[in-house]
Amino acid sequence: MTPSFQVNSISLAHGGGGKMSRQLIRDLIMPRLNRGKLAALPDSVVLSNLGDKIAFTTDSFVVSPIFFPGGNIGSLSVHGTCNDLACSGAQPVFLSVGLILEEGFPMEKLSRLLDSMSEAADICGVEIVTGDTKVTPKGATDLIFINTAGIGKVRSAVELTPTRIAPGDAIIVSGPVGNHGMAVMLSRAEFSFDFDVKSDSAGIWPVVERLLTLESGLKFLRDPTRGGLSATLNEIAGLTGFTVSVDESMIPVSPEVSAAAELLGINPLEAANEGKVVAVIDSGSVDRAFDLLNDCPQAVGASLIGSVIGENKPRVIMKTRIGGSRVLSEPMGELLPRIC
Amino acid sequence: MRIEIEKRAATKLAGDINSMLSGYGASMKFMEVCGTHTMAIHSSGIKSLFTSKLVLVSGPGCPVCVTEKLFIDQAIFLGKKFGACLVTFGDLIRVPGTEGSLADLRSQGGSVKVVYSPMDVIGIAAQVAPQPVVFLGVGFETTIPTVAVTLKTALSQNVGNLFVLPAFKTIHRPLKILASQKDLSGFLLPGHVSAIIGADSYDYLPRDHQKPGVIAGFDGLDILLAIRSLVKMTVKNEARIENEYRTVVKPEGNVVARALIDEVFEPADASWRGLGVIPGSGLALRTPYDAFDALKRFPMEVPAAPDDPRCKCARILTGELTPNQCGLFGGECVPEAPVGPCMVSSEGTCAAYYKYGGGSVDA
Repeated sequence: MTPSFQVNSISLAHGGGGKMSRQLIRDLIMPRLNRGKLAALPDSVVLSNLGDKIAFTTDSFVVSPIFFPGGNIGSLSVHGTCNDLACSGAQPVFLSVGLILEEGFPMEKLSRLLDSMSEAADICGVEIVTGDTKVTPKGATDLIFINTAGIGKVRSAVELTPTRIAPGDAIIVSGPVGNHGMAVMLSRAEFSFDFDVKSDSAGIWPVVERLLTLESGLKFLRDPTRGGLSATLNEIAGLTGFTVSVDESMIPVSPEVSAAAELLGINPLEAANEGKVVAVIDSGSVDRAFDLLNDCPQAVGASLIGSVIGENKPRVIMKTRIGGSRVLSEPMGELLPRIC
Repeated sequence: MRIEIEKRAATKLAGDINSMLSGYGASMKFMEVCGTHTMAIHSSGIKSLFTSKLVLVSGPGCPVCVTEKLFIDQAIFLGKKFGACLVTFGDLIRVPGTEGSLADLRSQGGSVKVVYSPMDVIGIAAQVAPQPVVFLGVGFETTIPTVAVTLKTALSQNVGNLFVLPAFKTIHRPLKILASQKDLSGFLLPGHVSAIIGADSYDYLPRDHQKPGVIAGFDGLDILLAIRSLVKMTVKNEARIENEYRTVVKPEGNVVARALIDEVFEPADASWRGLGVIPGSGLALRTPYDAFDALKRFPMEVPAAPDDPRCKCARILTGELTPNQCGLFGGECVPEAPVGPCMVSSEGTCAAYYKYGGGSVDA
């Protein structure tokens, strides 16, 4: 018998449910991800003490490249699902992990990704309690896809829904935007630039936990992932039917992201974030919100960027840095470098 | 702090411009020639700072917008018929040809790669050899020198599977045609192109057409400053070329880059979307570089490609119409399903109007 640690890459047999599968789980996955409940490997896990209200979500991760400055597909798959839970005012507690691997995927990379998942889960305070591994023939998957589903305990006293948003409400973003999208773009093979832009991939629960103490002063939360801040603001306008007004000079963007975005012709407000949250709060709660976020390491650079105005025209108006105004439209999709 | 100063400067400049406009009887119409200026004007909301007596129109300065449909058809033909790997700058991939775009070709399994620098083509050619690699040669004086360097390198390394589909364009000839339009008061001249061709090269605008021109940078303030100069000259009935981007643009331009262009290319006629064939406004590959010319290497059996007659890109490119005067704008023609190239390119006039609200924003 060949000990599995000598196998350098994933083969179809690792997903076949037999001895190879067992070895992969026992030798590579368990030591990294097990925190108790995963050990028994039942068909499903039984969970208790979840309180009377839970949040439940799922997300799939197909990012390319799988390693990028500031994170990788492993840590991202934990943060992404935890953050979706947090936006419902829920504290993430349990995760499932589905790994879909391409035949030939290097074991060494898989173990690095699992290490990252384990570290991210510990930091987010979430336990991976069940999982699945499948292997597809070479070419059927691009290296690795990960699905995670998560359960969170709802901690907010009030429902965080767009129906509670009213004209006059303030809009806060928890820190500089555009880092994740720019970091991934820059690390794609076709761009040979050297910018120090790191993904912001991180759990946002600590930010949300503080904001929940505003109770009914907190109206709505969204993590500005794909489509960036711009998509989230347009979503708020669309869901409420009100105009959203933001001030360009108040939107935090790091100098590195600005420089890279300018060179590639990409709007940093359209680039994804994976560790930020946009909060709509009652205007009377703004000072309190900033007091709460003051000592929160995940909310460094938080800023009051705008407000909901009482105009029944669902669109986003941006006051530009030079005092002009224009529409901030919904991003279209694929980000492309400019031509000249 | 910096933001406060910027805002105060902008308020002052806009105030100057508006007071000059109110003392002037007629309205003024200026054309920005560069697509990057178009974007900057819209994204900084500059138009919302002026009264309606000042009209800014966009000219044919977006490389994608002036590229004809036939060019896309030819590229797709090379990909399909000869299995060529097509290498392009990003914006071009969504431009609709007669039967789909390069993006469509890619989704059907065709080989289409997006690069930021033409030099990357050399590496791609080595990777995929002997498969032919065709670089889609679109652009103005700013991008052409880097293509020249790429071809010099390819020649010295004897790269046999690299070709260029040439549709390069130079700015002076169309600018001369546009300058003869009576209702144009002057030009906001491009920053990057001028860095190559030089501020002095626009001398014909004041001399032959009595039109002022100001070379500007790309910041909102840079553009405001340039517009103030244009308005001032118009009010005083003066016509000069002013250079307000001196850190980058020299009177004589970049002599080395121009020598590179001359070494690899020679003037040729070029067909512009919206303007038709303009003699001497394009560039063809000189011997021995013409060995890289895809049009010479591959027999092209591509029929002429008429534009959708309802698409007004041609008249928008010459500043005659604004996008909202086109019946397709915002309805049948939107960025996710563009009919004409002005809606495709991120620097296209229609895309800018659609995206930023066309400057008609009041909030």
